Amino acid sequence: MKTNKRLRTALPLAIALMAEGALAQETLTPGSLVAASCAACHNTQGRSVEGTPVIAGIAREQFINSFKEFQSGARKATVMHRHAKGYNDQEIELLADYFSAQKR
Amino acid sequence: MSTGFSRRDFLLSGAGASLYAFAPSIFGAPKARKARVVVLGAGFGGATAAKYIKRWAPEIEVTVIERNASFISCPQSNLILSGARTLEQLTTRYDTLGKAYGIHFIRDEAVAVDHDRKVVRLKRGKAVPYDRLILSPGIDLDYSALPGIADESKRQHVLHAWKAGPQTVALRKQLEGIPDGGVYALTIPKAPYRCPPGPYERVSLVASYFREAKPKSKIIVLDANPDIVSKKGLFTAAWNELYPGIVDYRPNNALQDVDPATLTAKTDFDTVKADVLNVVPPNKAGAIAFQAGVINADERWSKVDFVSYESTSVPGIHVIGDATVSSPAPKSGHVANQQGKIAAAAVVSLLRGEQPYASPVFSNTCYSWVSNTEAVHVAAVYRYDATKQALAVAEGTGVSEKRTTAEAEFARAWASNVWSDALL
Repeated sequence: MKTNKRLRTALPLAIALMAEGALAQETLTPGSLVAASCAACHNTQGRSVEGTPVIAGIAREQFINSFKEFQSGARKATVMHRHAKGYNDQEIELLADYFSAQKR
Repeated sequence: MSTGFSRRDFLLSGAGASLYAFAPSIFGAPKARKARVVVLGAGFGGATAAKYIKRWAPEIEVTVIERNASFISCPQSNLILSGARTLEQLTTRYDTLGKAYGIHFIRDEAVAVDHDRKVVRLKRGKAVPYDRLILSPGIDLDYSALPGIADESKRQHVLHAWKAGPQTVALRKQLEGIPDGGVYALTIPKAPYRCPPGPYERVSLVASYFREAKPKSKIIVLDANPDIVSKKGLFTAAWNELYPGIVDYRPNNALQDVDPATLTAKTDFDTVKADVLNVVPPNKAGAIAFQAGVINADERWSKVDFVSYESTSVPGIHVIGDATVSSPAPKSGHVANQQGKIAAAAVVSLLRGEQPYASPVFSNTCYSWVSNTEAVHVAAVYRYDATKQALAVAEGTGVSEKRTTAEAEFARAWASNVWSDALL
């Protein structure tokens, strides 16, 4: 049926739009504030639009491990090894919690 | 329908705000009104602050006063001079941001801040009230010590192109008109000025254009500073290796005056006649910061508290970006973007009657292009040092080892992401 067909396409779209609207807001926490700094290169919520990795939705452990590897120099980078050294363990945990909770 | 008032509304800061909060509604019952934040200037700092306030506190009414319909990025604008970018590629309209986050944009110019009444007076429209004001005025260019070009009418051919826009395109046209064998002279003011590596990036990219189109042409750099202010080794390597014989760099050469008729720059030591004379005069905070009474450093910058970015002179006014004294953090678009978020968070907390986050930390990466295909960076993390009440550089700061094409890709990606973070 025509109507059903239209509904079948419109409904997921409507849900997607609602989800998009909801993504525009978040609770202000120490984590969301510290993580906001990363957005300058990784875009808001870590949803990079170009060149840098998308870190939204990254696994918590993977985030922490990568960060520590940047700090130690085990993982090579052009700039992340510099930024990684500037953050303390507590902040790395906040960042890992934040980015692992974001939708890709 | 909301009939009562929430804790957030109840906790609007300040006596004036509480009076408003309890003003009777048309039904006679006490009805809270929303907290109001006004942002002056929608550059990297102001646009970001407005967006993040709405992300974190949709209940706050945010109004942005901005004279332009679109944002034009200063970062990457030197690539217009080398022919690798157009102004359109650096331009983003404000409509999207306004609609997506419910931010009220007023296209006008703020002419006065009345901090007793907490209103901003506009050039054309009616006054806009605020509970907290975020000033992100950027820079103004100060020609007062250059008598020959102090009057605007004398500067028709002596461009600054230090705010990306029509002047950037006009400077490119001037460079296109230069004869092969002609001279482009750039004067650099004493630091601090907007974008510390910017002048040297400009020299590199104009040299790149000359090498390709007018190889006999020369660049004379008259720098008021004792040495290259930022990324010295990387810039001198690029000039020596990519553009040998083109760049004549002269430190300790502060501009004293300009003869606009002959395009002559006079310093203590030199008189340089150019075919294209590009004067970047001393910088100072945007005019509205002076009017608002927040200028309290070197008679040109604003001191702030680095937890809230509230002015140290005027309570209720937060200042971000190039207009602040944020040294050792540079006056960069990236830093303004970061300060926009920290100020946004602090304003949200204060309007909710809460304490702002006490130990803000943020990163900065400044990419500079040394040719149309290669770039370099300086990167650092800054954190608030409560003991010194100042910003401190965290461990790990540094510059690229050498110029690479990979960093040019990252520079491009940085721009796409920071524009999106600030404006979309």
